[in-house]
Amino acid sequence: MEHLKSQRGARRRILSLAVAATALLPLLGTAQDGRFIVMASTTSTEQSGLFGHLLPAFRQASGIEVRVVAVGTGQALDMARRGDADVVFVHDTAAEEKFVADGYATQRRNVMYNDFVLIGPKADPAGIQGSDIAAALKKLAPTGQPFVSRGDKSGTHAAELRLWKSAGVDLGTARPAGYKECGCGMGPALNMAAATGAYLLADRGTWLNFKNRGDLAILVEGDKSLFNQYGVMVVNPARHPHVKAALAQQFADWVVSPAGQQAIAGYRIGGEALFFPNAGR
Amino acid sequence: MRLRAHLDLDIPCRRARHPTVSVLSESLGTAAALLAQGDRTLWHTVALSLQVSGSACLLGAGFGIALGAALAAYRFAGQRALVLLLNTLLALPSVVVGLMVYLLLSRQGPLGSLGILFTPTAMVIAQSVLVVPLIAALTRRLLLSALAEGGDQLRSLGAGPGQAALLLLVHERFGLLTVLLTAFGRAIAEVGAVMIVGGNIDGVTRVMTTSIALETSKGDLPLALALGFVLLAVVGLINALIGLLQWRGARAPAEAMA
Amino acid sequence: MTAPAQPTPQPLIGLRRATVRFGSTVALQTIDLTLHRGERLALVGSNGSGKTTLLRLLHGLLPGDGERRAHALQPEAREPVGAMLFQRPFLLRLPVHWNVRVGLWLRGVPRDQHDGRCRDALERVGLSRLAQRPARDLSGGQQQRLALARAWALQPDILYLDEPTASLDPSAKREVEALIAEVAADGITLVMSTHNLGQAKRLASRVVCLEAGRLLADLSVDRFFGGGELPHAARQFLKGELAWNT
Repeated sequence: MEHLKSQRGARRRILSLAVAATALLPLLGTAQDGRFIVMASTTSTEQSGLFGHLLPAFRQASGIEVRVVAVGTGQALDMARRGDADVVFVHDTAAEEKFVADGYATQRRNVMYNDFVLIGPKADPAGIQGSDIAAALKKLAPTGQPFVSRGDKSGTHAAELRLWKSAGVDLGTARPAGYKECGCGMGPALNMAAATGAYLLADRGTWLNFKNRGDLAILVEGDKSLFNQYGVMVVNPARHPHVKAALAQQFADWVVSPAGQQAIAGYRIGGEALFFPNAGR
Repeated sequence: MRLRAHLDLDIPCRRARHPTVSVLSESLGTAAALLAQGDRTLWHTVALSLQVSGSACLLGAGFGIALGAALAAYRFAGQRALVLLLNTLLALPSVVVGLMVYLLLSRQGPLGSLGILFTPTAMVIAQSVLVVPLIAALTRRLLLSALAEGGDQLRSLGAGPGQAALLLLVHERFGLLTVLLTAFGRAIAEVGAVMIVGGNIDGVTRVMTTSIALETSKGDLPLALALGFVLLAVVGLINALIGLLQWRGARAPAEAMA
Repeated sequence: MTAPAQPTPQPLIGLRRATVRFGSTVALQTIDLTLHRGERLALVGSNGSGKTTLLRLLHGLLPGDGERRAHALQPEAREPVGAMLFQRPFLLRLPVHWNVRVGLWLRGVPRDQHDGRCRDALERVGLSRLAQRPARDLSGGQQQRLALARAWALQPDILYLDEPTASLDPSAKREVEALIAEVAADGITLVMSTHNLGQAKRLASRVVCLEAGRLLADLSVDRFFGGGELPHAARQFLKGELAWNT
């Protein structure tokens, strides 16, 4: 009788110890809790895999950990406006300039560029393959072929809207029959396009890293208006005093420095470079 | 998760009749390989998932059990309304909880100065909020049926509502364990809340569900599914262990099947 | 078994024109009853006659119209303490001795007395060697004995019993009855509702017969069973029940 009782008691004690130990761990924070900054960036940049290549290099050079929260450009800028991030790294120059004008950052600097590509089914039922994006979109609109738009205030979405405008298609009054807004990131949009055989605008970085291509392929590329510029901004400590401005500035300075620029140029998938450094130009 | 890069997965793949079937079988194979190879990133992610959801359940249990017990044992004005609210909150979407906690913890929010946004602590808080209604509702049900059975006799022994509730909680401890396991399942399976308040930061706040979401959005569906199977396997193992403890701890087998 | 002649009986609980209603049903209709110290009162009647309700009213578990008075004990000069036994005792999923301790805790008995009282109570009902077993593992009769121990440990002045042996097999019934008789021999006042007239004859000193919430007869046990003057309905009841009961 007694021995069974103590067995049960011992088991219970072990269990509660295990539970307590497990419970407390996340509250202790991560191992390297020393110097870190929070960077608001975009899903397309993260999903291209660039950060996995770039940030360890920065960490080694400076000892600073960069924690990336990847959301759409609009959301990233909102986060920074609220003071929930220390540095912003997005690709929507117009929105970034407004951000600076509103006083949330003191300056914006070019870091790198890549390009957008128009993706669609290999068979290309709308027959738009070529190198002129405006002409392609103009041709696509009346065919009723499915087109997936991110619809999420991202840099890619902003670019997509500009291109429709340049093609003379008014999405408000003359929305193409197959136009679908998913309100989602680049990856889910690509998934949707692959599943429904749709056209869409994507950044080359995410495309190159994407695995669920189905029978999608690049149909339009090389047009100058498909140019996609990335910029970096440090959140203004005058607006949000708690921001780790000094550390964030170190990052911003590094990424436009020769070391950072070289790291960017060195990132390749299958031998192909995804991003082209252009700081100071 | 850069698993594809450094895992040399050579899984024999029979030509399946249907692409979905082949994705499923490939994923099962990948899951088994992942578990066997013990990749460090994977186990760190699994450990974080368990810690976050486990802590959230314990924290939520503190509030949830007290709330559920109070609703069962006491009579007070507005009780019906509170129970209705509780049952409605069972349908609270995890992403909404995430959003509310985000606004709370954001620098512009009331608790912003704590600086815990985008940390595991924030995730624990969000998941606790998510499971409190579930734990409270289930505890209430459990206690109501226990009170129906023995409330009268406890009262005749001189127990007040609070004492009766406490005694019956001890009496129904196996049932409570099941309640906690249910809440744990809900917490570890959700992605909306932890994504928003955690930010899915690699190595810091990336858990199993947000990894699955990430791999899906990168188009690597087989890996995403495989991670899903790994998560199920881990949770299944925990349930089995607890079931074993329950069965051996309880002397009467009938009572152990809680 | 008749109780030896007692000096002036002390009133413990007095009911005057007591009425209990559940919604539209009247469970008890203007009952006048006084419980005296040392009595062994049996409440008999068919199902739905109000036995259980009267029992609970005496214990103070139910509200009712009319008057219920608890008289101070002499010479102790305090209110009488009651404990109740139910037909199917509710035992917590805990070891046997913890169930007794819970009763002590709920009554606010001082901590230092718990060990002693618990041990004594379990010994009196013969459950000492089962003290560590889960209470739910016990047989029906053993569980009722545990409930009795739980009540006894409280050192009550009045023990209320609601059909305490109705669910037990004959041997368990005998065991429990023997213990109830011991409780009475200790000087504890008993109020017992029972179907079993033989039990009433064996254990009681006074019998109250109820029908549809009304008090039909209130007599000493000898006069009730001895074939004396009885209201017609009570006689009918007796005739009907005796055929089935020993």
